[in-house]
Amino acid sequence: MVASTDPELNPQAFTSALLASAGNDSCELLQMLHALQLQFNHIPQASISQLSEALSLSETYIRSVIGFYTFLHETPRGEYDILFSDSITDHMLGSRLLLSDLCDKLGVERGVPRKDGRVTVDTTSCTGLCDQGPAILVNGRVLTRLDAHKIQNIALLIENCTPLDEWPSDFFRIENNIRQSNLLLSHNQCNGEAVQKCIDNGADKLLEEIDDSGLRGRGGAGFKTALKWKFCKEAHNGGTNDRVVVCNADEGEPGTFKDRVLLDSQADNVFEGMTLCAGIIGARQGFLYLRGEYLYLKPQLEAVLAKRRDKGLLGKNILGKHGFDFDIEIHMGAGAYICGEESSLIESLEGKRGVPRKRPPFPVTHGYLQKPTVVNNVETYLAAACIAASGSEWFRSVGTEESSGTKLLSICGDCEHPGIYEVPFGTSIQQILDACGASDVQAVQVAGAAGMTIPPEEFERSIAFEDVPTAGSFMVFNNERNLLDMVQNFAHFFVHESCGFCTPCRVGGALMKDLVDKLTDGKAGRYDTDEMRNIGLLMKSTSHCGLGTTAPNCVLDMLDKFPYIVEEKLAHHASYEPAFDLDEALQEARDISHRNDSRAHIRTDT
Amino acid sequence: MAEKLKVATCSLCGCFGCHMSFLDIDERILDLIKVVEFDRTPITDIKHISHCDIGIIEGGVANAENVEVLREFRENCDILIALGACAVNGGIPAMRNSFELKECLEEAYIDGVGVHTKMIPTDPEIPMLLNKVHPIHEVVKVDYFLPGCPPSGDAIWTFLTELIEGKPISFPYTQIHYD
Amino acid sequence: MKDSDTFTLDGKTIPFQPGDTIMDAAMRAGEYIPHLCHNPEFAPHGSCRVCVVEVNGRQVSSCTQPASNDLEVKNNSEELVQMRRSILQMLFVEGNHVCPGCEKSGACQLQAVAYYTGMLSPHFTHFFPRRPLDASHPDTVIDFDRCILCELCVRASRDVDGKNVFALDDRGIKTHLVINSPSGKLGDSEFAVTDKAAHVCPVGAILPKHQGYEKPIGERLYDKQPISVVGDVAANEDKE
Repeated sequence: MVASTDPELNPQAFTSALLASAGNDSCELLQMLHALQLQFNHIPQASISQLSEALSLSETYIRSVIGFYTFLHETPRGEYDILFSDSITDHMLGSRLLLSDLCDKLGVERGVPRKDGRVTVDTTSCTGLCDQGPAILVNGRVLTRLDAHKIQNIALLIENCTPLDEWPSDFFRIENNIRQSNLLLSHNQCNGEAVQKCIDNGADKLLEEIDDSGLRGRGGAGFKTALKWKFCKEAHNGGTNDRVVVCNADEGEPGTFKDRVLLDSQADNVFEGMTLCAGIIGARQGFLYLRGEYLYLKPQLEAVLAKRRDKGLLGKNILGKHGFDFDIEIHMGAGAYICGEESSLIESLEGKRGVPRKRPPFPVTHGYLQKPTVVNNVETYLAAACIAASGSEWFRSVGTEESSGTKLLSICGDCEHPGIYEVPFGTSIQQILDACGASDVQAVQVAGAAGMTIPPEEFERSIAFEDVPTAGSFMVFNNERNLLDMVQNFAHFFVHESCGFCTPCRVGGALMKDLVDKLTDGKAGRYDTDEMRNIGLLMKSTSHCGLGTTAPNCVLDMLDKFPYIVEEKLAHHASYEPAFDLDEALQEARDISHRNDSRAHIRTDT
Repeated sequence: MAEKLKVATCSLCGCFGCHMSFLDIDERILDLIKVVEFDRTPITDIKHISHCDIGIIEGGVANAENVEVLREFRENCDILIALGACAVNGGIPAMRNSFELKECLEEAYIDGVGVHTKMIPTDPEIPMLLNKVHPIHEVVKVDYFLPGCPPSGDAIWTFLTELIEGKPISFPYTQIHYD
Repeated sequence: MKDSDTFTLDGKTIPFQPGDTIMDAAMRAGEYIPHLCHNPEFAPHGSCRVCVVEVNGRQVSSCTQPASNDLEVKNNSEELVQMRRSILQMLFVEGNHVCPGCEKSGACQLQAVAYYTGMLSPHFTHFFPRRPLDASHPDTVIDFDRCILCELCVRASRDVDGKNVFALDDRGIKTHLVINSPSGKLGDSEFAVTDKAAHVCPVGAILPKHQGYEKPIGERLYDKQPISVVGDVAANEDKE
């Protein structure tokens, strides 16, 4: 075969072009790898060598970056690379049956490319389309509301090699499902009004305005936004004025999809908020870190950025103010939940494995390339822009004393109207359940896999930093559901997403998953549930970052608040059960010896 | 005089080294038998255990018979002790876990040096091998662990005397080692 | 007035200098806080979590936590010892640590810290991973079974040797040490036995060839005295 000279098809030429446009900057490594993956269904070895040479990074280093991100592969995926969203709510909508159905139809084993290289079918962590699942990604494009009929069509389209662009367009329809709007969702799009106020009234005045509004970070932790910006503004890091504004759009928390909707419907306000932040802290460089699952949003976001550059809202001398230079670049994630943690996100922006940094120092003083950096959630920037435009009083008029304003919730699971609800802070869980049409509710999982499981007796609690904080995920489970399925799904999720840096999360999480599986299989004893608690508490207190400290929440909540789930599974068992299936462990020996007599088995019913 | 404590011991997938080390308590065994009586042990050659106060297990769990014996010990012993590296973490026999069982058997019975009749035995009298060798706590609840390959006679003595006297068990630094 | 900055460690007053972590100050004062991934010659890492201490009711890794005035740090409480023991047990079941068959036994930091915390068993269920040995290098052997992912070799090769021979690949429980060479084997890499990276492994994962079991049982590094008295493996390597 003769190597093609068409850069679209020739890895070497393609890689050279990437390197040239990236100016051989190693911070662009992940972006280049992502582009290569999309182009060639994998990262060709030749490209790894080329990148290694040009960036002065070892090939092993580049491979270790590839190995960290689940969307990157060293061996080819299928021409059609299909990923089923593996969130519990996708399961509840029948995704696992559809997956095995598609595998059967295509004659492909899950996770393994078909021999002819045509297709791979695999799972991926929640794709943020839980209100219109089951969802899949095909070569980075999103398909929603799958059913058996669509699966049959998809199998045919693949067998016929139909290009994705020729697939029925309604397969790709994504709805915003905005069910309830309040302050933010009904605010007009800012086209410089907020930034103009910053110029007219001065950065200090605007920072004061944000401070007065009581705005707290919408990523879940609830740190005061004005304080974060102030710390960054005042950071003396080698006297540099080189500060960075980062928008965290790595919306990976299972069950969360409000940032997707905001970036689709309110992108101007989000960018306005980032520009406002830049004006206040004096930043020149901005990044939107967009999760790989939202690749399809990139072109339209680029278009909004281009429009804002044309209007003088980005670039040099913004709104004519001399020296107010700021621009925003979109960086893609590549399938790593941990990159939602701000210091991992910064590592990822620098093109590295997304391993959380030691803290202190914090990003506000030592962030992107050690520059003072503000990292905020999409919704936080949006709120900041609206506050600058409409005033802190307007914002404070809604919410509670400690949690002003509203919160966008992504509601999915067992309810009649899944979608986006913007509710005032202080709204009770029961009110929200009533609004979304949920009845006979067994539990609500608030704040995603890392969040808390709320039983009915706590439905009067309210969404607020001082009560039930959340970045937006709100999953409803009715009384028909087995909550253990949810716990198992989350336990597997955290093992898949742990970065592996620290012992308690890396090993503890895997031990925890095995114990949850054992419980689910009806093979656990009370000793095992005690172990789950001990491991969970250890992870909570000794893990390096928030992933490890929150990963055991769902298990601990199950043990404490839903003991009946556990009791049912333990009912017929001794307190101590073997760690593995004893009889199953003889299968290899039975296969080899062709024995099947009574001594070739171990009774497991004691 | 108080009734003697009944003690049983056995070796599962081990080398009997821990039992040998037990005998290294030398003449102190005379003091020991003043307070204990041996049930099933390799010394008494009793085949089945009756109810005991203390059961001591050497070796890991490598086959179906090991599982059976271990369960019998657990059912009959108030206190069960994992003695030595193999019982504690699988030890040297667990190094076979790096290979498929088939590879191990083929090496031993087919491809190995000096093998004449090339055949993997299938006699029902021969205990079936588990696909992996496990420490005993992965099969039954274990009350005490004494590591070492083997634990020294002194460590075993410290452990047994303190256990029998009902004291909290603590060892001098040099008595605990994993090798 | 105090003449210097201090905090307390289990009630003892520990002076510290600007830029010190709790670990730095404790080590200088001769106070032992168990640790594995920390080596004072390298920047703090904070991955093993064995050096967990309690500061104002919160657990932090002492090797990364900056010292500050009047902190009340707990080090040897029963609760912390139990946490460290559990973390060590996790490391033991994650790999294949067959001490009776390891040349490093008796002079291994993982083992010594485990002795120090009173670990008598690995407690958890073993993973029994399959990790092939790499004996391709003429002077050094790598037994991945024993790797605890402390990244000291990664750091030494990158920061001291300037070679980047090692890296961690994959993530989560699949994380593993890899070698930068065309075949992935150490023998094909730039690694030399004189590298710093050859002398920082706290366990028996990176071992010199052509020698072994040179010290009889009873005379090895940690046979007579605990690590709190003897010090780290790396510190003793320097003495030799």
